[in-house]
Amino acid sequence: MKIPLTIKETQDGLIKKEFSAVQLVDAYLERIKKYNEEYNIFLTTSDEIAYSKAKKFNDLDQYTEEFFKENPLAGVVVGYKDIFLTKGIRTTAGSKVLESYIPPYSATSVSRIENAGAIPIGKLNCDAWAHGSSGENSDFGPTKNPWNKEYVPGGSSSGSGAALAANMSLITTGTDTCGSIRLPANYCFSVAIKPTYGAVSRYGVIAMASSLDTVGPIGRTVEDVETVFNVIKGEDGYDGTVVNSKFEIRNSKLRVGIPKEFFTEGIDPEVEKTITLGIEVLKKEGIEFKEVALPSTKYAIDVYYVIQPAEVSSNLGRFDGIRYGNGRDSFGDEAKRRIMLGTYVLSAGYYDAYYLKAMKVRSKIISEVDKVFDEVDALIAPVAPTPPFKLGDKVSDPLTMYLTDVYAATANLCGIPSLALPSGFSKQGLPLGFQLMGSRFSEPALFELGKLYHKAIDYVPKVAF
Amino acid sequence: MKNTLIPIIGLEVHIELATKTKLFCTCSADHFSKKPNTQVCPICMGLPGALPYTNYEAVISTIKFGLAMGSTINLFSKFDRKHYFYPDLPKSYQISQYDLPFCVGGNFAGKRIRRVHLEEDTGKLVHETIDGVKSSLIDFNRSSVPLMEMVTEPDFHDIESIISFLKDVQLIVRYLGISNADMEKGSMRLEANISLANSEQVIANKLPNYRVELKNINSFKFLEKAASVEIKRQTEALEKGEELVQETRGYNEVKQSTFSQRSKADAHDYRYFPEADLPPIELSELIIKNLQLTIPELPEQKRVRFEKEYELSKDFANILVSDLDRANYFEEALRQAQSKFGQGATLSARTIADLMINRKLDQEFPEPAGLVKKIIELTSVAYSSNEEVENAVKSVLIENEKAVSDYQTGNGNVIGFLIGMTQKKLQGKGNPQIVREKLLEGIQK
Amino acid sequence: MAKLSKADVTHVARLAKLDLTDTEINKFLPQLSQILEHVGELGKVDTTDLTPTSQTAGLTNVLREDEVKPSSIDQNGALSGTNKTHNGYFKVDAILTERSDK
Repeated sequence: MKIPLTIKETQDGLIKKEFSAVQLVDAYLERIKKYNEEYNIFLTTSDEIAYSKAKKFNDLDQYTEEFFKENPLAGVVVGYKDIFLTKGIRTTAGSKVLESYIPPYSATSVSRIENAGAIPIGKLNCDAWAHGSSGENSDFGPTKNPWNKEYVPGGSSSGSGAALAANMSLITTGTDTCGSIRLPANYCFSVAIKPTYGAVSRYGVIAMASSLDTVGPIGRTVEDVETVFNVIKGEDGYDGTVVNSKFEIRNSKLRVGIPKEFFTEGIDPEVEKTITLGIEVLKKEGIEFKEVALPSTKYAIDVYYVIQPAEVSSNLGRFDGIRYGNGRDSFGDEAKRRIMLGTYVLSAGYYDAYYLKAMKVRSKIISEVDKVFDEVDALIAPVAPTPPFKLGDKVSDPLTMYLTDVYAATANLCGIPSLALPSGFSKQGLPLGFQLMGSRFSEPALFELGKLYHKAIDYVPKVAF
Repeated sequence: MKNTLIPIIGLEVHIELATKTKLFCTCSADHFSKKPNTQVCPICMGLPGALPYTNYEAVISTIKFGLAMGSTINLFSKFDRKHYFYPDLPKSYQISQYDLPFCVGGNFAGKRIRRVHLEEDTGKLVHETIDGVKSSLIDFNRSSVPLMEMVTEPDFHDIESIISFLKDVQLIVRYLGISNADMEKGSMRLEANISLANSEQVIANKLPNYRVELKNINSFKFLEKAASVEIKRQTEALEKGEELVQETRGYNEVKQSTFSQRSKADAHDYRYFPEADLPPIELSELIIKNLQLTIPELPEQKRVRFEKEYELSKDFANILVSDLDRANYFEEALRQAQSKFGQGATLSARTIADLMINRKLDQEFPEPAGLVKKIIELTSVAYSSNEEVENAVKSVLIENEKAVSDYQTGNGNVIGFLIGMTQKKLQGKGNPQIVREKLLEGIQK
Repeated sequence: MAKLSKADVTHVARLAKLDLTDTEINKFLPQLSQILEHVGELGKVDTTDLTPTSQTAGLTNVLREDEVKPSSIDQNGALSGTNKTHNGYFKVDAILTERSDK
């Protein structure tokens, strides 16, 4: 069977009985079986659970529109980044420390997605503990980019991006602490939302950096991503930083800012060109653009590389091998590096110079960004300076790898949402795209812009093979 | 001349709050003698992905305690992570409060309070030899139970005043209904920072350049022994001209001596930073004022009222007030007695207090109603009847004309003599109050 | 900012409870130094009058009622992550060092 590429196609097919939910699961698992060894996308598949869930749908006499309204993700096959706790299904965080860990509870987002009718197919490879921009830090081996297996799929939600490009799942989940949802989406020709900090519960998602972590969906269309976002957002009584917000579009006529600091040296010409074209397209659609200045965002990556490792060193302390998992020697190099860095910047004598300083510069960046959002509704920017790079290119040089996230950091430091959109392909046939950042809880405005853009360029979802 | 050394002692008092649930999860906080690891959840076990969510009651209890200690309540406070590795600390950090605790400053029972903050308790360790191997066992039932920490200024100079202070704190906490503060059950724990100042330092109002932290004090007896042994050790060392160093010491009960646990060189680096998982707490003056209003009558106020309202002696008032249940029992018994006999009845507050304190009748009768009933029995048996008293008074007044006329001319003191004479006739069975009343009635006739 | 030394790395590893081999220390030292030098740029930013940001949700007073709810895990569930248990307890090698603090 031909696997449908969007939620709408899937549910239309189910309504028209073109295929059953069980046949869908068959088809996905067949592809996973066929290609996973080569691309290393799934770490675990949950065949049994997937089939038992799919069978429930087969028992239904017929699928009605009404049913899909109540169960917006009915029949939707989902893969979770392996940092989302799934009760009874192995959850590794991509690390040997948890190589045989079976969690006794599920993440809020996982429960919500499944209560909305989704069928969980398995757990997706990622950089260990979500530390990385390429997927190469996974203790279970790197994931390869389905568009060209010599290249990285982007990280840290590497499997989540690659599963979509390889047509192994209809939607996937990811976490974004500094681009980890947006980058794989960008490198795998997918759509993703990094939500506002506080829009989606982090409960049951293994913490990386608590003040920066966000949980969001990756899919092939803005509509699909919006649907999943609406399912997972909102208070759950477990994450005290989450709030039920109104998510309003503030202005009927949307204005987009072009932060000049994001288009300076180091940006790949093809990445810059695709954004310039995007701006032209949106201008034709009546969107107003203006150049804006965010001078302090040039420090975003430095602020990030103080705050993030500090919080990482704290959050990874619980993995002591006593109550679950293996001991601390099982941490890989990247985790050790970040624990060391974070412990250092928090230690006596260095706290003020590094951590306190970084928190203050963070305030400075936030105030600049807030001010700009008085003038515009969104900001357009590259997701990363270059298209996907080759596997192995940056592994030996942590700093160069860290700089991949130079454009991603601002959204996380400010807690603002950002939508990653695919725009086309490079001359080498590798995915290109950009991100649209908005003010806090402005996801609907970003979705509107995204839909407008994709409609204007006659975007169609694509898989690599 | 021999230098006089004066102990300088500051306290860190930990009090486990008696909330229904733990500080950051909805597990029961009542952990005492429960089966191990049966009151746990992903949050207090520090499972991956779990997040804390603050218990309102624990925050309010801490603020109320701070108000009772005369502390200033911070209008903006927050939680921080305090990092160290120990097997009973599941997250490798304890959620505590660093630079912005709920309560700062204060003065209680004449001692200055530095701060009061809220934090989570750790799990519990048991040491056992299993199959010949020395092992440590961990139970997380206590993990994340709310723990309030009060730090005092170094205002103590002897052990007696520490014990009396702690007993006052214990009492306040029980009056506030926020904890039992039971040392034996570990719901009140203590650390004492002890150093000795020489007379020059005392005159210059300077603190010694070292202090010894005495850890894990879990009873008043332990405190008494450990602190006096430590003071003696420091005295001897200083008299020998030795230098004392900053360190943490424990007390060995068998050897009756303290031993070094950790020196300043390997002091901890807790790497505190703000807890991003928990939004800060913001209060207004109005909220604090309203909280102040919810604070019940505290021991000192009750003591004063008992002395004034019930004309109880200082001793009686003290004894009753030092046990809230007993104070409540007393007032309830009095209320019931008065409703039986009417206000100003012969059964006075003092009589009830006397029967409770000297004859322990409140222990015999768990309900105040029982005591009242018993008193009625007792008074009818023990005291002479009103008729007997009247007869005795009559003959005493006749037999002691001089005393009567002395009284009438203004010598009030003779009433005591007349009471004595009447009691003699009644073989001491007269109700003193009634005897007095009848005598006065008789004299005025 | 002061240069990172091998002793610093060893000290930090001990604080972080990581047993690093000499090879690891020698590998991490230049990498960490390079990153610290990069983030040291922050020292140049004027942050006078700025208050530090530790969270962006902008919320205060997120509190719950004091009501017991049944836990999602029982004793077996609690102990399921390891086989080092004894009579309902987690078991570790004897801890000789006194607890450092609370």
